[in-house]
Amino acid sequence: MSRPQTITEKILAAHSGRDSVRPGEIVNAQIDLVVCHEITTPPAIQMMKRLGVHKVFDPDKLVVTPDHFVPNKDIQTAELTKELQRFVKEQGIKHYYELGEHGICHALIPEKGHILPGMTAVCADSHTTTLGAFGAFASGIGSTDLAAVLATGELWFRVPETLRFNLNGKLPKGVFAKDLILYIISKIGVDGARYCSMEYHGDAIPALSMEARMTIANMAVEAGGKGGIFHADAVTDEYVRARTDVAYTPFSSDAHAEYRSVMDIDVAMLEPIVALPSLPSNGRFIGEVGHVAIDQAYIGSCTNARIEDLREAAAIMKGKHIAKGVKAIVVPATTSIWKQALREGLFEIFTDAGCVVSTATCGACLGGSMGVLGKQEVCISTTNRNFTGRMGHPEALVYLASPATVAASAITGVITDPRPYMN
Amino acid sequence: MSRTIRGRAHVYSRANINTDEIIPARYLNTHDHAILAQHAMEDIDKEFLARVQPGDILVAGEDFGCGSSREHAVWALRGAGIAAVVATNYARIFFRNSFNNGFLAVECARAADETTTGDDIEIDVDNGAFRNFTKGTTRDFVPLGEFVHELLDAGGLLPYIAKKTGTTYAPAGPQVDIKASSLGAKP
Ligand code: SF4
Repeated sequence: MSRPQTITEKILAAHSGRDSVRPGEIVNAQIDLVVCHEITTPPAIQMMKRLGVHKVFDPDKLVVTPDHFVPNKDIQTAELTKELQRFVKEQGIKHYYELGEHGICHALIPEKGHILPGMTAVCADSHTTTLGAFGAFASGIGSTDLAAVLATGELWFRVPETLRFNLNGKLPKGVFAKDLILYIISKIGVDGARYCSMEYHGDAIPALSMEARMTIANMAVEAGGKGGIFHADAVTDEYVRARTDVAYTPFSSDAHAEYRSVMDIDVAMLEPIVALPSLPSNGRFIGEVGHVAIDQAYIGSCTNARIEDLREAAAIMKGKHIAKGVKAIVVPATTSIWKQALREGLFEIFTDAGCVVSTATCGACLGGSMGVLGKQEVCISTTNRNFTGRMGHPEALVYLASPATVAASAITGVITDPRPYMN
Repeated sequence: MSRTIRGRAHVYSRANINTDEIIPARYLNTHDHAILAQHAMEDIDKEFLARVQPGDILVAGEDFGCGSSREHAVWALRGAGIAAVVATNYARIFFRNSFNNGFLAVECARAADETTTGDDIEIDVDNGAFRNFTKGTTRDFVPLGEFVHELLDAGGLLPYIAKKTGTTYAPAGPQVDIKASSLGAKP
């Protein structure tokens, strides 16, 4: 009898030819899905070639899209995108989403049916943890790691310990997945899950859409986590089956698996949360935030710019106008989400309210383009990081919140509880 | 790599120094190590680049290198002359990026509290010891483990793979970044 294992341990064991693995062990795991974007892939391509390898291990396991600075914001980013295109062509990569089909990779991959339960997935980008929403082991890596994976199809991992979170109850109206993950990070801190996997259980989960689960898994890295993982269920299967008919093998944690810690959360007692500058762990219930006037409201990123997020924001903005002096920017996470929002009439609501709408891009989330902040500007944002300098000037201040809270704040010009604005 | 590194300390004892502070995202439009090095730590310490000399050691507090996965953070520090980092602990991607680059990063709980910028310090990998000659103190650091030693000895993950597969890892060729680095949009 092998020891009881967590879902993360089982996936890593199955991909490294082992019956079981333990936290702390180093394993060499086969990688099922490699996601590439224009910032971290070009250096990896050069490194792979320096290894004397000129063909990637399996072009069909790669999915490529430019996302960080699209459309190219300057000459250098144009050069990086060209390198990515050259690579796609030279390697015969069929899963390539060019400008016009592009999207922020962590949102694009699920929507195109590339991630399946039980997979191992990597990308040289820290928010790869998003894909853990599907019951996959998904983790961010560096460019050297990526070069190694491109060349060999495998990568070393230290098997992480797991923190278990039991989410019970029903999220109240006006409280969303973003509030829940900001709450968790405020409790455990930005390094509370350092080197660990964050595993979610509880009766609140069946009611969480895949979009909501992705928001939660996405921010595992803001707690230092190696992954954030949910078990695949009927909701997962429905989402995946609508996009692909490729077979998959789900894994699940054993009843007596070992957890480093267990945290029980009654989600029914949560309220909207805002993370104050300049750490994602500075979460406060909205009632404790006080009067904070804003210069900008930003709805975007791999955390919170999926269709549900845009619908929530639009529901609040409908028939209203943003406050004078506020800039409000809406950046759907992918081109398909953009089209869907257009069809649903959300852009009319946003633009009538005084927002601008951008093509899908990482944009201002990392201070790239499309709403970069100036000195001492204050922004409330649906993104995931409010570090010093993250969205622009080092003296700009970023508050993190749900799309509903950001929308309500755009309307009033101060950080605002969305609940009175919801019918 | 040499198994003992001795140099001058640059201390940043604050917890959670993130990769946006080590190398701001506005410079990610290049992966030229030399250009990145010119901006290392600039949002957190404008004096750093003027002070740092090849072979210096960066000493930090908890969760050093948190935030994005950008390996640019390791390249920028190394490019600026930093030979190794000692921190209470690290964000995981920074930690693995270090070893993958054959760049020494060790975890030592008290180092940042007990070291002052300018101190003469040493990391002795074989004995797991962190020594401060200026203060006369010695602390153990967390053992790196056999696999990490192999990575460091090989000079990083890719030379390690080359060694295992009987090939060689070619030295860096000319970077493909365009030379006109000043043409890019600035913050
Ligand atoms: S949206 Fe922001 S956090 Fe997400 S991948 Fe892009 S830059 Fe990173």
